[in-house]
Amino acid sequence: MADVNVSGSLRRRLALILTGGAALLAVILFLVVRALAAQVAQQGQDNILNASMASVLDTAVIREGRVTLDFPYSSLSMLNTAADDRVFYAIHEGATLLSGYDWLVPQSGLSAGDAYFETTSFNGDQVRVATGVRILTGTDGPRTVSVSIAQTQDALSDTLNAISRNIVLLGLGFFMLVSALAIWAASTTSGQMHRLTTSVTRRGPQDLSPVTQPVPSEMAPLVGSLNRLMSRLDHTLAQSEDFIAEAAHRIRTPLATVRSHAEATLQRVEQVENRKSLQAMVRAIDESSRAAGQLLDHAMVTFRAENLEMSQVDLADLLRDLGQSMSPVAEMKDISITMEIDGPATLQGDAILLQNALRNLIDNALKYAPVETGVTVRISKAARLSVSIIDEGQGFASDEIQTLSGRFVRGKDMDNKVGSGLGLTIAHEVAIAHGGEMILTNTAEGGACVTLYL
Amino acid sequence: MRYLVFIMAFLLPFSVAAQEWEDRQVFGTPNAPPLRILSSTDTSFFAPIIEDFIASTSNTSVEYLVTGTVDLDQLFRSAPDQFDIVISSAMDLQLKLANDGFSSSVVYVDHPEWAQWHNSLFAFTSEPAAIVINRQAFDDLPVPSSRQDLIQLMRDHPDRFQERVGTYDVRQSGLGYLFATQDARATETYWRLTEVMGRVGTKLYCCSGQMIDDLQSGDLIMAYNVLGSYAKAQAETSDDLIVILPSEFPTTMMRTIMASATAPNPQLADSFVRHLLNLQSIGDPVIFPLPPLAGSHDFQAQRTINLDPALLTYLDQMKREAFIREWEDAIVQVE
Repeated sequence: MADVNVSGSLRRRLALILTGGAALLAVILFLVVRALAAQVAQQGQDNILNASMASVLDTAVIREGRVTLDFPYSSLSMLNTAADDRVFYAIHEGATLLSGYDWLVPQSGLSAGDAYFETTSFNGDQVRVATGVRILTGTDGPRTVSVSIAQTQDALSDTLNAISRNIVLLGLGFFMLVSALAIWAASTTSGQMHRLTTSVTRRGPQDLSPVTQPVPSEMAPLVGSLNRLMSRLDHTLAQSEDFIAEAAHRIRTPLATVRSHAEATLQRVEQVENRKSLQAMVRAIDESSRAAGQLLDHAMVTFRAENLEMSQVDLADLLRDLGQSMSPVAEMKDISITMEIDGPATLQGDAILLQNALRNLIDNALKYAPVETGVTVRISKAARLSVSIIDEGQGFASDEIQTLSGRFVRGKDMDNKVGSGLGLTIAHEVAIAHGGEMILTNTAEGGACVTLYL
Repeated sequence: MRYLVFIMAFLLPFSVAAQEWEDRQVFGTPNAPPLRILSSTDTSFFAPIIEDFIASTSNTSVEYLVTGTVDLDQLFRSAPDQFDIVISSAMDLQLKLANDGFSSSVVYVDHPEWAQWHNSLFAFTSEPAAIVINRQAFDDLPVPSSRQDLIQLMRDHPDRFQERVGTYDVRQSGLGYLFATQDARATETYWRLTEVMGRVGTKLYCCSGQMIDDLQSGDLIMAYNVLGSYAKAQAETSDDLIVILPSEFPTTMMRTIMASATAPNPQLADSFVRHLLNLQSIGDPVIFPLPPLAGSHDFQAQRTINLDPALLTYLDQMKREAFIREWEDAIVQVE
């Protein structure tokens, strides 16, 4: 799992897109609603200014040749606001100020009956002005009266600020709600993946059956591919197991036949040269047979190491059985096998692999030990459980001690010894598969000592 | 009021020496530039307030200048940087000053919303306009309780009232104009009353003080729209005066204060406004001899003039001309 090439996270990406979108929407919401509110609030102020202006303009009459306006108290009273906005007005006849504030000059060229609005500033305060025009018909022709009513915008900005505060709260609420939804959606989606991962991880080592539990449609292609991959793998594994068994059978059986023929011939041949070459032939056949055995062992170790079949294993029993089964070989070389075992030594492990490893080590020891010496098998239960196989041969060459556990590496000066160089490799891989290690040393007397820490 | 007038102009070396003040007094030790208060209120009402302010603020002096409301408005408009504080009973003129940007904000003041405008103009009294009569001169006549009663009395006994009725000359007095316009706005009775008063040859006054003086001396038998607070202060010392609040509604004015936007002494001006409003809320009659704001803003019991931009209405040049023309037609007897 550790070496999977990870780039980004679907959940984070999904959450980021959704919350980012929500934030963007919230900002747009704020801007749009605020612009709308400003428009509505301005419309409200304009309406009141317009009403006030109209009520003043309405009172314009020509009395004794003069334009007079006797506007009601309510004209300005209606402009009272909570923020006590300041109010200004100006009444003009043409361009002449009749009454009011002289700085409020109406635009020229306004047509009668319409209301004109503009925003201007007076002494640094922003004011909104409504202007209306009326034409009075006097005896000496038409006379134009214009009325401008202006008001500061404190109440308006107070209202806008209050609305803005509410919109900000609304936007934040919206954002938080959508974010919560986004996070929920993202984790639900990734939860599906997680469930699939868990169900695949929890499978037993031999379980290569297809995933049958329901998955969302988006994951169907992945699960389909996975299922196909596993079925191919299952098929391939079955084929290789078959192949290994087949190969073992096909190689060993003819070799045994050839060997028995060679031995039978050896009985009948008298001539020394012929006997020698036959003996060499038998040895070569043995070598081939053993190499085939080790190759099979190694293939099996490689395959099983990926999927250990753990059980309670007693090393003491295992070693005693091995010692017994290998004693004929030892007796041929007059080698005595000493078991230094006291009591059972149990551990969790793959019994077949452990047996394989230990058999190869003992086999190696018997092979390389000189005639009429001893091989010691020792179980140590000190800090870590370990098994040592010690012979009284010439030991490992000190410059090779690191490389010997490699595949097909044989020690130098092995002259006529039969071997494929896989024995130590097998033991080494089994130790690694069990979370342990294999240490090669030489004893003080010069013999080789292989220790498996398990 | 007369006895309070001190002609001190020759004692004080001030630039505005040409100005004739109704009263001018300096409180405290004048070693620092004084807080200049321009006011239409008699010094007697403000002396304890100013003394309390000086006692609470170290090393301060106050120059208190009294003049009429119209004069005050013109004076301040022509030289707003000469004065720190403006106090006037003419609410309309004060509101126009604030509206035109002559006032500075005094923020975070614990003051009722209806008694302030734009955080810069603050009302601190509730003073109704009253009918004041001279008890002795009235003699057997029934004491009127409303404007209607007053009209009836003057119609029934024109000889008794002839030349012995007083009211504000709205052309001279800003407060008189405010009372008159608010009366006219509220009831048609006002114009009938004005006409009746015109028929009995009503005398016109610039100030409440003079009306009260003439009432006490017996020159007047009755005065209309006299400032109730001044009249009550006099009635306490003299049994001759009866102060009547018209039963249909007494037009009630609120005296207002503001700090000048271009005050030479802005910090002191700010703290004086706060101090005054604080004294008003405490309402100790010894330190604050003016009638405090009516507890609840009860429109039913007394018709208090609102502090709102509509006060600008009757200050409009055309409206003022029209009103004064109508008023003159009613009250000034053309020989």
